[in-house]
Amino acid sequence: MAGIWVGAAVDGGSVRNVALEMTAAARVLADACGQEAVAVLWGTAAAEAARQVASYGADRVVVLELSGDESARLPELGEALAQLVAENGPRVLLLADGATSRALSPALAERAGAALVNDVVGIALDEQGATPVFTRLPYSGKVVERVQATDAAALVVATVRPKALEAGDPDPSRTAPVEVRPASPVAAARVVREVVRAASERVDLAEADVVVAGGRGMKSAEGFKVLEGLADVLGAAIGASRPAVDEGWIDAQYQVGQTGRTVAPSLYIACGISGSIQHAAGMAASKCVVAVNKDPEAEIFALADYGIVADLFEVVPLLTQELRAALASS
Amino acid sequence: MNIAVCVKQVVDTEAVIELDGNGNVVTEGQTLIIDPYGEFAVEKAVQLKEALGGEVCCVCVGDEGATSALRHALAMGADRAILVEDDAWRDLDAAQCAAELASVLSELGVDVIMGGWTSGDTSSAQVMGRVARRMGLPLANMAVALEATDEGVCATCEVDDGVEVADYACPVVVAAQQGLAEPRYPSVRDVMQARRKPIERRAPAGGAQAATRVVARSLKPARSGGRVLEGEVAQVVPELVRLLQIEAKVI
Repeated sequence: MAGIWVGAAVDGGSVRNVALEMTAAARVLADACGQEAVAVLWGTAAAEAARQVASYGADRVVVLELSGDESARLPELGEALAQLVAENGPRVLLLADGATSRALSPALAERAGAALVNDVVGIALDEQGATPVFTRLPYSGKVVERVQATDAAALVVATVRPKALEAGDPDPSRTAPVEVRPASPVAAARVVREVVRAASERVDLAEADVVVAGGRGMKSAEGFKVLEGLADVLGAAIGASRPAVDEGWIDAQYQVGQTGRTVAPSLYIACGISGSIQHAAGMAASKCVVAVNKDPEAEIFALADYGIVADLFEVVPLLTQELRAALASS
Repeated sequence: MNIAVCVKQVVDTEAVIELDGNGNVVTEGQTLIIDPYGEFAVEKAVQLKEALGGEVCCVCVGDEGATSALRHALAMGADRAILVEDDAWRDLDAAQCAAELASVLSELGVDVIMGGWTSGDTSSAQVMGRVARRMGLPLANMAVALEATDEGVCATCEVDDGVEVADYACPVVVAAQQGLAEPRYPSVRDVMQARRKPIERRAPAGGAQAATRVVARSLKPARSGGRVLEGEVAQVVPELVRLLQIEAKVI
């Protein structure tokens, strides 16, 4: 068994930050085990992204050419990854945690007799320096668990949480050979009628460096609009707690929490959010948390670095204005 | 339409978690509930049965105590249940659990196999996908809508940048995401009737190897609450901006 592999989608010639975070982690593991780090890329203009992953540590790059057909793409990707695993016998395969990896990785692991560790936030070698150990946060983020494969020789497929690992700095002098591999046709088990893409001009919630989130205190869909100015000033993604989604004020794709998305931005601004344990599960890994809530007893204040007990409809417009001024002058 | 639903019993997601000396999660004294993701699946399965006829059978790997999760599913409208009874079921990993479920499910010959795409406790997020692969069936993962069609089902599933609507032939595995269906609260009458519905107990098939091993477990230290900025909004907001820039250095 050899090689630390990373698989990542490419959009318009570049990968998401999480792919660079995974490549950097693969480089560290590969060096520690004396193995090669390999990146598998697929998507639009994937060959252009090869240079990007090479600079973060990939020794070689495999570009998968998938067909443009919506029904065929996912099974083709699953099949191509399974074949690469069978041919190369990597020790570790890292995929970005998300809908694609959640759909593909269980079948991939089952087929390869591999371990699958989901939503990983840390990767290290064990004390003997031989076996990779993966850190994850089950029980709604209340428990820290370190997991390894039962069989040290078996492949471990791990889906990695965006922003959990450090990408470090690229070395632009690094290059890597690129092998292009056309995908083999696969009998499609499903026929896609349509894909409804989330129409958002904003940064992706999982990758955002700043998240501005609203809860029941936003009072209405109209109320949520007050967050948009703040998000614009900070280049932030907008998030929401489950009560706001349940009320229909904002789409479910924005939900942060146990049953929604997990985020770990540098700055999380929670407005009118009570701070239930389910919400905490989705945002507790944020580096700095600001809470704005009228209720001084709200649990969110226990999670916050800075709290303001006041009406968010007074605070948010002023905060937007102050931040705009501060950022303009810095 | 005959549907099987995989359900799991979990520690209440609101609970304060404690670990014993071996690093295992203490379940004694905790409120144990049907896993919320499996509960979405049960609700959808019962709705499909009510509209189209057929039977809903729940399958659970667990101990005697897990019958309370099964009784809850039966009270919601499922017709019968199978408990793969194993007192040490919490030591099984996801690969072993999937093997146990697949061995029961392959005998049932149902049209649709449902379950949660993940669970509120261990969040391993792979059991239904492994079941599908073992049984050679397609997987509709993270389904937020499901309807029956002439040839099978049409499922709306989360994809990386939105949702996908797709047709699947039966048999198919559907892993529920929040939003698939709003679970009903069973009435007292439903709960009483559920007591008369059959729960069949089976011994585990065994034989599958664990793929993963937990080497350490600890409690995540609670965030120590920070500072509440006191004063009028006109003073605390500029102060917050200053702290974010100078102290937290996040903007």
